[in-house]
Amino acid sequence: MSGLHDLLLLCVVLTNFWVLGTTRMSSTIRATAIQGTLLAALPVALHPGWSLHMLGLAAGTFLVKAVVLPTFLSWAIREAAVRREVEPLIGFSMSLTLGAMAVALSFGIAQHIPLPESASSLLIPVALSTVMVGLLVLTTRNKALSQVIGYLVLENGIYVFGLSQVERVPFLVELGVLLDIFVGIFIMGIVVFHINRAFDSLDSTRLTELKD
Amino acid sequence: MLGPFLTLLLLLAAAPALPGIATRTRAALTGRRGAPTLQLYRDLAKLLRKNVVYSRTTTPVFRLGPIVVVATVVVAATLLPLDGHTALFGFTGDLVAFTGLLGLGRFALVLAGLDTGSSFEGMGASREVTVSAFAEPALFLCFTVLVLATGELSLGGMLGERLAAVWGSTAPSLVLAAAALFMLALAETSRVPVDDPATHLELTMIHEVIVLDHSGPELAMILFGNAVKLALFAALVVSVLVPLGRLQPWLAGVVMLGGMGLVAVAVGIVESCMARLRMNRVPQFLVAAAALAVFGVILLLR
Amino acid sequence: MLLLLLVLLPAAMAGVAYLVRPVPLRLGCLVGTAFVHLAVVGWLWAVPLAPTLSGWLAIDPLGLLVLSVVSLLFAVVAVYAVGFLRTEPPRGGRVFVTGLLGFLAGSTLVAVSHHLALLWVGMETTTLALAPLVYHRHDRRSLEAVWKYLLLSSVGIALALLGTFFVAAAQTSGRPLILEDLVSGGAGLQPALLRTAFVFLLVGYGTKMGLAPLHAWKPDTYGEAPSLVSGLMAGGLTSCAFLGLARITEVTMAAGQAAFVEPLLLAFGLVSLVVAAAFIIGQADLKRLLAYSSVEHMGLLVLGLGLGGVGPYGTVLHLVNNGLTKGFMFLAVGNVVLVTGSASSEAARGILRRLPVSGVVLLLGLFAVTGSPPFGLFLSEFTILNAAIAQGHPWIALAVVLLLALIFVGMAAVVLEVVYRPAETPAPAPRESLLLVAGPILLLLAVLLLGLWVPPPLHRVLLDAARGLGVAP
Repeated sequence: MSGLHDLLLLCVVLTNFWVLGTTRMSSTIRATAIQGTLLAALPVALHPGWSLHMLGLAAGTFLVKAVVLPTFLSWAIREAAVRREVEPLIGFSMSLTLGAMAVALSFGIAQHIPLPESASSLLIPVALSTVMVGLLVLTTRNKALSQVIGYLVLENGIYVFGLSQVERVPFLVELGVLLDIFVGIFIMGIVVFHINRAFDSLDSTRLTELKD
Repeated sequence: MLGPFLTLLLLLAAAPALPGIATRTRAALTGRRGAPTLQLYRDLAKLLRKNVVYSRTTTPVFRLGPIVVVATVVVAATLLPLDGHTALFGFTGDLVAFTGLLGLGRFALVLAGLDTGSSFEGMGASREVTVSAFAEPALFLCFTVLVLATGELSLGGMLGERLAAVWGSTAPSLVLAAAALFMLALAETSRVPVDDPATHLELTMIHEVIVLDHSGPELAMILFGNAVKLALFAALVVSVLVPLGRLQPWLAGVVMLGGMGLVAVAVGIVESCMARLRMNRVPQFLVAAAALAVFGVILLLR
Repeated sequence: MLLLLLVLLPAAMAGVAYLVRPVPLRLGCLVGTAFVHLAVVGWLWAVPLAPTLSGWLAIDPLGLLVLSVVSLLFAVVAVYAVGFLRTEPPRGGRVFVTGLLGFLAGSTLVAVSHHLALLWVGMETTTLALAPLVYHRHDRRSLEAVWKYLLLSSVGIALALLGTFFVAAAQTSGRPLILEDLVSGGAGLQPALLRTAFVFLLVGYGTKMGLAPLHAWKPDTYGEAPSLVSGLMAGGLTSCAFLGLARITEVTMAAGQAAFVEPLLLAFGLVSLVVAAAFIIGQADLKRLLAYSSVEHMGLLVLGLGLGGVGPYGTVLHLVNNGLTKGFMFLAVGNVVLVTGSASSEAARGILRRLPVSGVVLLLGLFAVTGSPPFGLFLSEFTILNAAIAQGHPWIALAVVLLLALIFVGMAAVVLEVVYRPAETPAPAPRESLLLVAGPILLLLAVLLLGLWVPPPLHRVLLDAARGLGVAP
């Protein structure tokens, strides 16, 4: 267990737990902001040697994931005046337990499947567990904004996985991916704003008018 | 044999200072002067001088409670290697005995509370037992981290020289286990965010309300038992975080005492920063501690 | 270079359309871009082009087919949009036109991209560009629809990105993620990683296509979006998503994993058909009906892909036919909605009397979309059934025929009611604007033509595309 990158990856898992366990919306956004900062530092920690590609990726990731998106989501919270998440479909304690199981499962998978080599042996398991935690938050939370945060965590997990392929995927494409994610969340935020205006709440369990 | 015995006496003597340190830190951070650090000693002395009053509804079970509390906590203290090398007593699997002793003490206290027949104590008893139902698995998970890291099954081995040897390579898991132990310390000794020791509203208490009916020397025994429990958990946290096995026994003892004081300060800081959790959020707090410990276990299983 | 321009032109015009003030100028941008795009695509049929940008952009037969379908459909929709925006409440349609042009840019990128990650970027762009269009009516129902659409599509696309990264991990030689190198270096690809990648990409792009059981967003979205947007999605977006799936299928087959891929494709295809049949029977809303029909046709596409033999030829023919058919069906339904205000079969009645041209188109479209001769879909569905029997899956062929019959019955019930059953209160019969009916009639005739005779250039391109897909180990 050595190196800055391992420490960063461990902290990413801790931020996942934070997102799963907290009830205050501003707290979850702070957790994703910190996760974004950690993710921005990862490419530099994984590949010592300051190439322009790495620096650009780190700067872009930091700007989008740690500054712009959390600010935008905080604005959305203030507009919707939502402070707390209500008890999710499976309960907070259960969410934490499932999150811990997801971490265990990803470490297990990483050992049994021939996954790509990378500088850190923690990279793939942490990526998979973050994807699973993101899906968990997305599917079990009631408030629309929490679902957006779940999507953000899911994308962070895929980004960590992509770091293992950073030589293969060129910079321009990564920029494109980052931009797409940014615009996606931006549009989701706008829709959340409209949902709040139309339904006077962000409870997505109210969106049940359309059915067969 | 003399060394561990002396350190045990030292721990028992120093234990009442810890709640004082925590309260003093909390007061300092909230802008007050607070009670003197050694106030608990004075309280114990005062209580020992007083007479005991028994309620008419109580039975001998009530009188047994405080005695069992103190006895179990002192015996549990003998299982820990307080100077980083040897424990006074030890055997394979004594970590189960440690947890069992703490559980026995809590059980006796809860029985004594129920014995009074008052509804306040009953409410406190059910809350205390709920908290412990979530806390004990977390404690076992923390011990699992230590077992996996050192390969030893006795507390003396787990926290002693063997831990110092593997400390470098297993540091992240140990940090996670220490964090979980700290959260458990807050739960077991009824500090914020699980229970507020400074509250005077019975409906919001967990631990304080069980011991409402105790008085005189028996109350002194319970307060002393609580202080020693805090000292035990603080000792656990320090043993996991600091590789005491590398130091000479007397130096390790000094570092241990200093570390326990720092843990008490940390408790005070946490108490001043956080508010008490709503009752149905307390299990979530403990599940979070368990999750941290599980993560530490996973890191070691790779 | 031309390919890059083909992608950048709609993107640039989207920006221009957003900034420009006068509405006629904006509409002119839309229609102008659409026809320039169509002209360039027509030129590409005549003149083959070499790959550009070190192999990232290239035009191959399958890509050319998808590009042509999207371009033709977009040109028709652009003309229709001019008439549509005139009758809709006057809001100028700034976001509307920008979104449409953004969609064109994204789908062109998907069609010409031979770099799998660039393809993903194009896919995501089309998803995001269409979101404001789905929400065009700004009421609660469309809000719910766009929320479900955004969430489910985004999760699907995210999983597709993960799958793309897995493909990059599986590759050991050649230019990373370039299609040609992946196919030619097939034996060198790590099998376990490639299989995982295929599953993720199947789920991801399958969600975008609307394969069951990942189709949950489709009925709501197609039902609430304006009809021309639904038509564009049903014809264009699904074709692009299918292209993504076809690319990874090509790679996986070339790597010798056909035995893993085929059962998955067959399973998804059959499940889609069953789900579509189950939900079409008793469906009252025309647009939701067409959405489930889209699920059915996606199932057929995937089925043909998984069958092998002559199946891929049927699939690519079906791709073209389905795209055009869905286009004119949705536009015809759009005319109905413009006049009656609703697409439900209770509200929209007696269309043959009120809108004779659209009514006839709707009626003929019923036969087209359910695969009756002499329309093009019959030919492609027959080819796929042929493949099923020839490849030794007679039970699949039988099941498909039964399900198609069920679907015909379900759809006929609704469409015939809408077209023939007289309305309770006689309503005025407005004059049908040429802008609103020219496109549907044109597409209907094209599908009719394809059912009777496949022009040789098209046949050649179809064969080339099918050959690329049907590579068995």
